[in-house]
Amino acid sequence: MSMTAPKRASNLFVGSPIERLEDLRFLTGRGQYVDDLAAENMLHAAILRSSVAHGRIRGVDSSAARARPGVHAVITAADIGKVPTIPLRHDPTPAIRRFEQPVIAHGKVRYVGEPIAVVLAESAALAEDALEAIAVDIEALPVVADRELARKNEIILFETVGTNVPDTITAVRGKADDAAFNSAPYRRREHFSVQRHAAVPMEPRGLLAEWDAQKERITVRGACKVPFTNRRALAQMMNLPEASVRMVEYDVGGGFGARGEFYPEDFLIPFAARLLGRPVKWTEDRRENLTALNHARDMECDLEIACARDGTLIALRAHACTDIGAYVRTNGATASRNIAQVLAGPYRIPHVRVDVSLVITNKTPVGTYRGPGRFESDFCRERLFDMAAADLGIDRVEFRRRNLIREADMPYALPKVQVLDIASECDSGDYQITLDRCLAEFKWAERAKLDGELIGGRHHGIAVGCYLEGGGTGPRENVRLAVEADGSISLFVGSSSVGQGVETVFAQIAADALEVPMERINRVLHGSTDYVAQGYGSFSSRSIVMGGNAIMDAAQKLRTLIREAAAKRLQCQANDIVIDRGMAVGPAPARAAIALKEFAGLCADGTFASDKRTYSYGAHAAYVAVDAKTGHVELIDYVAVEDVGRIVNPLTLHGQCIGAVVQGLGGAFLEHFIYDENGQLLTGSFADYLMPTASDFPQIRAVALEDKPSPLNPMGAKGAGEGGIIPVGGVVANAVAAALGSLGVEPRDLPLSPPRLWQMIQAARATGAAR
Amino acid sequence: MKLPPFDYACPTSVAEAVALLASHDGEAKPLAGGQSLVPMLAFRVALPSLLVDLRKVAELRRITITNEGIALGAMVRWREILDDARLRTAHPLLVAAVAHVAHYQIRNRGTVGGSMAHADPAAEMPGIAVTCEAKIAVTGMAGARVIAAADFFQGPLMTALRSDEIITEIRLPLWPAKRRFGFQEFARRRGDFAMAAAAVFYDEDGGKAHNAHVGAIGVADRPLRLQAAEDAINGNSIDEAVIAKAEAAASASVDPADDIHASGAYRKALVGVMVERALRDAAGLKTT
Repeated sequence: MSMTAPKRASNLFVGSPIERLEDLRFLTGRGQYVDDLAAENMLHAAILRSSVAHGRIRGVDSSAARARPGVHAVITAADIGKVPTIPLRHDPTPAIRRFEQPVIAHGKVRYVGEPIAVVLAESAALAEDALEAIAVDIEALPVVADRELARKNEIILFETVGTNVPDTITAVRGKADDAAFNSAPYRRREHFSVQRHAAVPMEPRGLLAEWDAQKERITVRGACKVPFTNRRALAQMMNLPEASVRMVEYDVGGGFGARGEFYPEDFLIPFAARLLGRPVKWTEDRRENLTALNHARDMECDLEIACARDGTLIALRAHACTDIGAYVRTNGATASRNIAQVLAGPYRIPHVRVDVSLVITNKTPVGTYRGPGRFESDFCRERLFDMAAADLGIDRVEFRRRNLIREADMPYALPKVQVLDIASECDSGDYQITLDRCLAEFKWAERAKLDGELIGGRHHGIAVGCYLEGGGTGPRENVRLAVEADGSISLFVGSSSVGQGVETVFAQIAADALEVPMERINRVLHGSTDYVAQGYGSFSSRSIVMGGNAIMDAAQKLRTLIREAAAKRLQCQANDIVIDRGMAVGPAPARAAIALKEFAGLCADGTFASDKRTYSYGAHAAYVAVDAKTGHVELIDYVAVEDVGRIVNPLTLHGQCIGAVVQGLGGAFLEHFIYDENGQLLTGSFADYLMPTASDFPQIRAVALEDKPSPLNPMGAKGAGEGGIIPVGGVVANAVAAALGSLGVEPRDLPLSPPRLWQMIQAARATGAAR
Repeated sequence: MKLPPFDYACPTSVAEAVALLASHDGEAKPLAGGQSLVPMLAFRVALPSLLVDLRKVAELRRITITNEGIALGAMVRWREILDDARLRTAHPLLVAAVAHVAHYQIRNRGTVGGSMAHADPAAEMPGIAVTCEAKIAVTGMAGARVIAAADFFQGPLMTALRSDEIITEIRLPLWPAKRRFGFQEFARRRGDFAMAAAAVFYDEDGGKAHNAHVGAIGVADRPLRLQAAEDAINGNSIDEAVIAKAEAAASASVDPADDIHASGAYRKALVGVMVERALRDAAGLKTT
């Protein structure tokens, strides 16, 4: 990892490659995940899920299951009464709200994997055994298994709504109408698609819910991402005051946007605990994880651009269609909204119009997955740019360079999302710097000599692409810093950990801001609803921007309190007190020092609010070799460069970036949820749903820059968790296209699996597409 | 994905194991390395009433190399094959193929007999057995018998084994020191099920190939010998023309079905490429 020269005088920890504080716990087996927990008198839940994609429930008979040994109860919709739906957390237009998911299927089932009943038994195995004894009578209905069928509205999933198209989200800048396109010297229109795949965190979900009948209070362990939002939702559904719902966060083995949203189980398990008056634990197994956790990405896009002869972009317009599955979940529209907003990417395009239609099908509902909508958008746009550059005879790099948003353009407004009235603007940056750095690290000029060459039986190709990463989403984050009896500092924050290392980076920020040694920050307590009055969680690359700046605020306040208390003691002015190495030091000549523990009990609340997003940006380059006879693509080199405004910890950032690139490569080459026409998931285990592994893509390099801090927050920080994944599909597809240029192969669809690539090569040969 | 209920027994002899299998009306299953059976239990696609764990049956764990050939006990694990220095010369094709079996952890547990009995059409060991004309020794209540590999595999996950029989040994014919061979496999990721693989060997006499054996996996409901490809090799010195002929013959002699991972056309072409590359390896010719 390369680092720019330090520009800071006072910071010791922020910017330093400090090893993760969490790792000692994990490496010594002391990590605590929700499945590690047990409560006295605990029951285990197993969930009966629909094996039918679309059908009317005629009856659920659980009497035989109830009679099985060790089974205490079976809960169905009938036991719940009025079945609540799960409220949208993001983008809740009235049109979209009509498609919210009930916490348990009633009346109908709409996807394979939808919960129908919950068995509570003495052990997880007994509970699972009993699932087979539940007799479910479902009248199968015709299935909507693809976008085209959905849009016909012949088979309707929600009869009372009467359409399978919840909404169309439109984003506009300027006037990308026929006039703009008809008058342009050059235009090209292409159709692209990105396959359904998903976050698939290594640790499946889990919950342990405990009902305190005396206090009428529910404790839910295993919360993450947005515990406060979920507390509000659960309190409403269970008809409890918010204060009677406690969400507790443990270690989390990966979130990536999917884990921690409110799912049916987040109601069913607490409900069961209250109903039975016993603690209830549920651990999702991998089979149910692959149909229960949000899917993502599934989209197609008809994209057109217009340019001047010199490649200057004039207009971009698109109709995209996202298959969002059977219901709109908490953030089910977010990727669609992002596609509308960011399809134009980090480029100056005066006229933009993007319409994204969301369609409902009989598949697992979708949600956000790292870089939601952005990964898909970048694939389509960057592919089309390479096609256009070739048409125009302009170098691919030059085409991008000519069109990148310039520093002088900042702040630069993104197309406005009309239905939701969402405006956003790029906050700062010099996009040429990251492009140039990427090309230099990649040795572009040298590698360009190999581009399109057949070497040792394989076709070699390179590509580069640019992207934006929106982050730092508001509205707010809250922090409390408290001086403990031993003089250490406890840090309480509303941000959540999904394994990204918040304990380390927050300790770094707090230590610098308080001017205390890092080991003085003895606890970073995050996520759980006990720690701060209101927290906002971790999503949309927001933890450092929102939580970090809230720490700065709290630290400033705590320092003032300490200095005031010290001044009182030393009978001087607060201004005369310096905090140095964990001591409050009085004025010269005495320089009396008071240890921090003398201030035990002092605490300060800090907050940071913002309604503007930060925009990190960067460029990735890939070098591939394609075996045309097998369709196999070897990734020979991959370089990711991103400016994140402010680097807190180069090590954790580097890890996040490499991991994100690998995830992106999974989406580009391997991962694919394939459904048949009956709505059955055919790739429902890791034997068929192929995840990238460490040995598949060994050669990835990442460079982080902090040349252009964000003007939107004191730290200058921007989001950094998603940039690694956003451009990957577009960059590797362009590299494959460059490699196979002599054959005339132009990938328009992901994933680039060997059989699909081979098929494209055959088709190109058959039609004589070769250049 | 919790296992369904079943009874469990851990016998120490083949006779005892067979008796246990016979006592459960065809509902008992032998447990070898468990690398296929246990996931099938977790998915509840296998619901045996009794698991007969073979791990303590010492007589099934031997690797025997004699003038007659090589005998692999059914409970020999992939790791033991890879670690056995004798096999690198005694049967280098076997070693080359086993290196492609799944992942490190699975190779530490998985067994030769388990793979044969499971009969996955994409598995390496059944492919080697068919290519090398192995004999499979089995024992049941009716006694011991020997089944030719070509007759053993009857379809996907289907074999000639009766429900009270267990495999005791896989016998591979003697491997001449000068035999030429190659093994090529293509999988989505290293260790995944083969989309296609080819095992090729032949002997040489005066610069001409004879006794060619070409086997393929992943392209049919069971491992295949590709006789047309063998015909293209036999009697010739291996050059580009022969390689091309063998590739075409291999492709032409299979008719794989479409599945979610690949079209039949892809696998048909791929098996040709695998034969081409394996034959190239055998002949020591570089890729063009």
